[in-house]
Amino acid sequence: MSFKLTYKIYSEHSILVEWNPVIDKDVLNDILAFKTKIEATITTNVQVTTAYNSLLVIFNDFKVDLSAKVTLLKDLYAEGLSAASVIKTLFKIPVCYDADFGIDLEFVAQEKGVSISKIIQQHTAPIYTVYFIGFLPGFLYLGGLPEELIMPRKATPRLRIKKGAVAIGGNQTGVYPVESPGGWNIIGNSPLPFFDVTKDVPCFAKPGDAIQFYSVTKKKYDDIKTLINANVFQIESEDYNG
Amino acid sequence: MVKVLQTGFFTSVQDLGRFGYQQYGVPYAGVMDERAALIANLLLGNAKNNAVLEFTMTGPKLQFLCTTKICISGGDFQPKLNSIPINNNSTIVVKKDDILSFGVKKSGFRGYIAVLGGFLTDVVMKSRSMFKNVTQHKTIQKNLLLPIKNAVTIEKQSNASLAVNNVYLEEKIITVHKGPEFNKLTIQQQKKLLNAVFRVSKNNSRMAYQLTELLPNTLEPIITSVVLPGTVQLTPSGQLIILMKDCQTTGGYPRVLQLTNTALHTLAQKFTGDELVFEVI
Repeated sequence: MSFKLTYKIYSEHSILVEWNPVIDKDVLNDILAFKTKIEATITTNVQVTTAYNSLLVIFNDFKVDLSAKVTLLKDLYAEGLSAASVIKTLFKIPVCYDADFGIDLEFVAQEKGVSISKIIQQHTAPIYTVYFIGFLPGFLYLGGLPEELIMPRKATPRLRIKKGAVAIGGNQTGVYPVESPGGWNIIGNSPLPFFDVTKDVPCFAKPGDAIQFYSVTKKKYDDIKTLINANVFQIESEDYNG
Repeated sequence: MVKVLQTGFFTSVQDLGRFGYQQYGVPYAGVMDERAALIANLLLGNAKNNAVLEFTMTGPKLQFLCTTKICISGGDFQPKLNSIPINNNSTIVVKKDDILSFGVKKSGFRGYIAVLGGFLTDVVMKSRSMFKNVTQHKTIQKNLLLPIKNAVTIEKQSNASLAVNNVYLEEKIITVHKGPEFNKLTIQQQKKLLNAVFRVSKNNSRMAYQLTELLPNTLEPIITSVVLPGTVQLTPSGQLIILMKDCQTTGGYPRVLQLTNTALHTLAQKFTGDELVFEVI
């Protein structure tokens, strides 16, 4: 599939490439395949960051001829992309939905008129797509929240949301990778490190990957934490072709 | 080592920032006024990415525990070595137990302290730039010991100095490119944005500078997209937000302008109440 892209010079060192303004997996796959191709072609002094329907190519050279680079990018895209160039992984993410962690879970269940266990079941059922990482270091923008779980953000944001908090805000769900202020409804907590500064690749997931949550008891949560602290926990994962 | 006797205000170790980690949501960070940091490093014969101390409005008080050479740059905060005034943009030999302090602000908003070989605090993700949740500290703390090279071989004052043209500290013109959503503004809104005088509001930090005057508009939010330091966002309430070095990597407000690199240095030296005018280049 080929999309009609627009190219805009964004700053003295960068070019913004935009797809149609939609949140769509075909668009995401096209963006990631283009990113892979750009990085394979221009190997030095370049950084490509992506979001839902855009990609920013930043050239770290002292001086750069951006109109020549726009031509280069257009030619690269016209050559065609290989979807197979992007390798994807599905990660299984443990979440403890106990009331201690899921401080808004009862409220969400009340608002939706269903039981807490129904909410947990609806939240753990889908495979969510990682569209990109932003907002906070290690914060995954996930697509695929079931319509039944859409919840408005809280009118007054909390000043401190715990690291690992699993939350719903509007039509999005996500995990707070670090302690942060935030206005989302907190329904659980994951023991996994979503942002680890000691690793060269600080996030285990990347755009295009998928994640699925599974419910664990408080005991299991503590056990996983212990294993993580001992550096022996292996995140359950499998190849993914979404 | 350098011992922190007083921290000053929001004083942090900064180099040119982190590149290549924005895909993980990590901000660039790095010195706000690259020009000033570069001058200080150049005068010392340092590499341009050597880490310096950046302070805001109020300088720190530092005790040197070894011999080195230093250079102060950026705004003028009346630096003193052992209570004797020293000049900005000059290299100065300091010896063990010498004390560097600052007086009140005379010009600019941010000052820089460079030392021979740079500050040698921990490198995290290829940069020493301090940032919350990335480095151990987000600012320097009282009694913290900052590692530096012990330059035992310096024997005399070499007096390298540069007559630096500091008119940018007073410059009102902020040069910009049109942002990706600039053309969504009406002609009237575009004219106002490019002709009106705006003032820096009290909400200004290493993350963003908000402006006091509003630009009423009916622009729709965009699907969350990429932003950079220097991106000027426009909120539905008309607030103009200029993103700075510690900004998030993505955002959902329309991006109406993008500052040039030079304009970022200029803005880094402005504070609450200062006036500015955008000029498209």
